[in-house]
Amino acid sequence: MWRRSSERKTEPVKLDILHALNAERAARRAAVVVTDIASGEQRFVPAAAIAADPLRDVLESRLRTGKSGMADTPSGRVFLTVYVPPPKLVITGAVHISQALAPMALLLGYDVTIVDPRTAFASAERFPDVRVIAEWPDTALPPLGIDRYTAFAALTHDPKIDEPGLIHALARGCFYVGALGSRKTHARRVERLTAHGVSSADIARIHAPIGLPIGAVSPPEIAVSILGEITARLRLPAEKAATPVDA
Amino acid sequence: MFARDEDILKAAEDWRRDGKGVALATVVETWGSAPRPIGANLVIDEAGNFLGSVSGGCVEGAVVAEALDVIESGQPKLLEFGVADEAAWKVGLSCGGTIRVYVEKVE
Repeated sequence: MWRRSSERKTEPVKLDILHALNAERAARRAAVVVTDIASGEQRFVPAAAIAADPLRDVLESRLRTGKSGMADTPSGRVFLTVYVPPPKLVITGAVHISQALAPMALLLGYDVTIVDPRTAFASAERFPDVRVIAEWPDTALPPLGIDRYTAFAALTHDPKIDEPGLIHALARGCFYVGALGSRKTHARRVERLTAHGVSSADIARIHAPIGLPIGAVSPPEIAVSILGEITARLRLPAEKAATPVDA
Repeated sequence: MFARDEDILKAAEDWRRDGKGVALATVVETWGSAPRPIGANLVIDEAGNFLGSVSGGCVEGAVVAEALDVIESGQPKLLEFGVADEAAWKVGLSCGGTIRVYVEKVE
């Protein structure tokens, strides 16, 4: 049921808070809204201001986990709404599968970027709603800030494009790294990556052949299998997210 | 049109700027099996239009009705839904969980 407290302040601040929050989210910056459930009082704490906040410790710990929730503070019980930037998906290959994968990933809330130096593939017409960079991975990837909140999918079939991307993604600790290609193709890829100095532990983190084994055939089905695998990596503990490999 | 989390809060801002009365509902606590996580949002306007969700569709109707009160009075409410409240609310969570939903007016 609900309860009311006898006195409440209603100040015209909530629209300002929403506006500030939406602006921070658009800029991919984290923020917390602190709401006193009893009084309705609310304040907005952008990530940059947390260090100077009286609730610094609890705000920092919530930001690390990304989880909203109630918290007991010296000034009473508050609800902390925690906003962390959405995960990123970076794809090498402006290919047919990517044309299905990109809009599906947008629906799932990913910030999507496609990298392909072949300008015939990497056109805005083929990918209306996502960022497309027609450059080689060595040029395109470093400025993207690829990190552990990023999933990386190598989809070109071309080692010259995919492998610099894979090396960068593994070095940046992406939570998911997948590569298109048969087992045979992947075996040759492993040889080349090993020769390049990539550790066997890092190579073992590559999901290849990419995607869950659901018998996907068409590009949209393959996109579903890739997003299923990425979602498992994002949401399940590591041991449960391991992709079953059929013999 | 499907709404992502950020679209819901953007709608709350846009609807208010359009001059509508707007309330924002947020899941603040859950016990047991709950369909939406803590922090999930539902935005409601004065005409009863809504975007987002706080459950799997089980209690949205009741939350919208309460939100219309909140828009009119300006007073926030803390609602609780669960099996135990089924008789009182005529709605409940079939999943057997309990949720608390905070409903506030966007001033």
